[in-house]
Amino acid sequence: MAIVYEKSRGLTDAELHYCPGCHHGIIHKLVAECLVELGLLDNAIGVCPVGCSVLAYNYFSCDMQEAAHGRAPAVATGIKRTHPDQAVFTYQGDGDLASIGTAEIVHAAMRGEKFTTIFVNNAIYGMTGGQMAPTTLIGQRATTCPGGRTAEQAGMPIRMAEMLSTLDGCVYAERVCVVDIANLNKAKRAIKKAFQKQMAGEGFTFVEVLSTCPTNWGMTPLKANEWLKTDMAAYYPLGVIKDNTAEVK
Amino acid sequence: MAKELWKGNEAIAEAAIRAGCDCFFGYPITPQSEVPEYMSTHLPKAGGVFVQAESEIAAINMVYGAAGSGKRAMTSSSSPGISLKQEGITYLAGAEVPAVIVNCMRGGPGLGTIQPGQGDYYQSTRGGGNGDYRTIVLSPSNIQEAVDFVQEAFDIADQYRNPVLVVMDGLIGQMMEPIEWREIPKRELPSKDEWAASGRKGRAHNNIINSLFLDPEICNAHNVRLAAKLAEMEKNEVRWEEVQCDDAELVITAYGTPARIALTAIDILRSEGYKVGLFRPITLWPFPEKALGDLAGSEHVKAFLDVEMSTTGQMIDDVRLSVLGRKPISYLGCAGGLIPSVEDMVEAARKALKEVQ
Repeated sequence: MAIVYEKSRGLTDAELHYCPGCHHGIIHKLVAECLVELGLLDNAIGVCPVGCSVLAYNYFSCDMQEAAHGRAPAVATGIKRTHPDQAVFTYQGDGDLASIGTAEIVHAAMRGEKFTTIFVNNAIYGMTGGQMAPTTLIGQRATTCPGGRTAEQAGMPIRMAEMLSTLDGCVYAERVCVVDIANLNKAKRAIKKAFQKQMAGEGFTFVEVLSTCPTNWGMTPLKANEWLKTDMAAYYPLGVIKDNTAEVK
Repeated sequence: MAKELWKGNEAIAEAAIRAGCDCFFGYPITPQSEVPEYMSTHLPKAGGVFVQAESEIAAINMVYGAAGSGKRAMTSSSSPGISLKQEGITYLAGAEVPAVIVNCMRGGPGLGTIQPGQGDYYQSTRGGGNGDYRTIVLSPSNIQEAVDFVQEAFDIADQYRNPVLVVMDGLIGQMMEPIEWREIPKRELPSKDEWAASGRKGRAHNNIINSLFLDPEICNAHNVRLAAKLAEMEKNEVRWEEVQCDDAELVITAYGTPARIALTAIDILRSEGYKVGLFRPITLWPFPEKALGDLAGSEHVKAFLDVEMSTTGQMIDDVRLSVLGRKPISYLGCAGGLIPSVEDMVEAARKALKEVQ
């Protein structure tokens, strides 16, 4: 009998702890598949964040380091600079990367560190129970903005991919999502391209993946998918934000 | 071997390179900036990696990443910067990642001053970050010791898979002294292949560097294991120096620069007929509690005088815990970059002895 589908060997057999409808599991799978397909799994070192994906070291079947909140890009810098032949990636959420870890991600991008960041943006603090993130949309409710975020009180949400793309050291930034097969395929292509550019030594590569949090958004998984497509993607446009390939050619 | 004249901070950077330091991650702060400056030129020449980080926090996390992937990693800073590094140091201890951290201490609290101080004793010897852990703290009182200790620190860190601090007051970083590059005893060290997250490269299992244990039983077991390791360090790594303590009626307790000044004060006091000695902890943690306790229990010792570059006194608490009330302890201290003078020490010693006559 022919095998038409199987779990990526880039993932361990551990059972995922993520909530129903959360996209972390899909994004993990895409990263794992890319590492396997590029032949990098045996030469990969991942860094996981503090947040919902804090336990990602149990799921990726490669060497992993667990970083302090927001510090994954600094940890990855230490790893990649001393192991330039390894594929190094950080897997970070929006509280981790866009709030407490802004200095680390900005300076890693500025230095053009040759690792890949997978930035999972679900516009909320998931693990701590649904507090407002820097990425929370205007009007979106969270436990620390129960009436909905206002620009006056909390400013406008931060667009990390656009911000990092202003830095010369960032050679590739793309925003994707995994709400349907077409988008999932685009997301996988983006992740693969980021790793390829990393291994070609081009510079810092960044893939922002818009993701759902049905639990803390107070929505069903399907409704959350809809809201991502209509509301989130309206503020965080999907697509390539920066690609140096044209310049290289 | 011929003696060479070296500035303290440059000497410890060179010492680290000679000890096989693979990478250094630093951030400028007075009075330690010569360490990253020296490293930026000389470490890459020796095949190592130098990165100037965006902050002390980033620097210690780069150390965590590099050391967690099996490399010999180091950072240095001075007091306010070391405060920022505490987050990283507790992760190093929790995840059992070896690293060397140099604190070229200045006066505090807050921004304090750029002049030398010893106000980081508590922070250095009580872990400094969150959770139950300690770091071995080596405290040189001259540049020769500083270079010897920095070289040894890498081996000690690797042996126990624990961060090691080399804590010196800013004076030792800033002054110049003749030193010699002597052979440092090498330790038998376990391979890092079993635990370092350096890429699997054919290894059957994934190496994971982590300090998170959500299950209370597992986290407790992890802490129990760490505590057992700390007990090993306490058993094996205690160091101190005693100078003219055999007949001393007064024992001065001091480390770093004040210990050095005490030697002159003791010469003067001895010439006046006062029997005074020096007890100098070299490891601030583990503290030489038993050795100091033995002195406290001896017949000839009548009193102690603790001298620190601190107004409140910090090491004095460990002196008290060793002396256990058996003999009186007086205190001489100053801060803000002031250094206790020989005259002040002589006078404080005379006074302390007078009180027990």
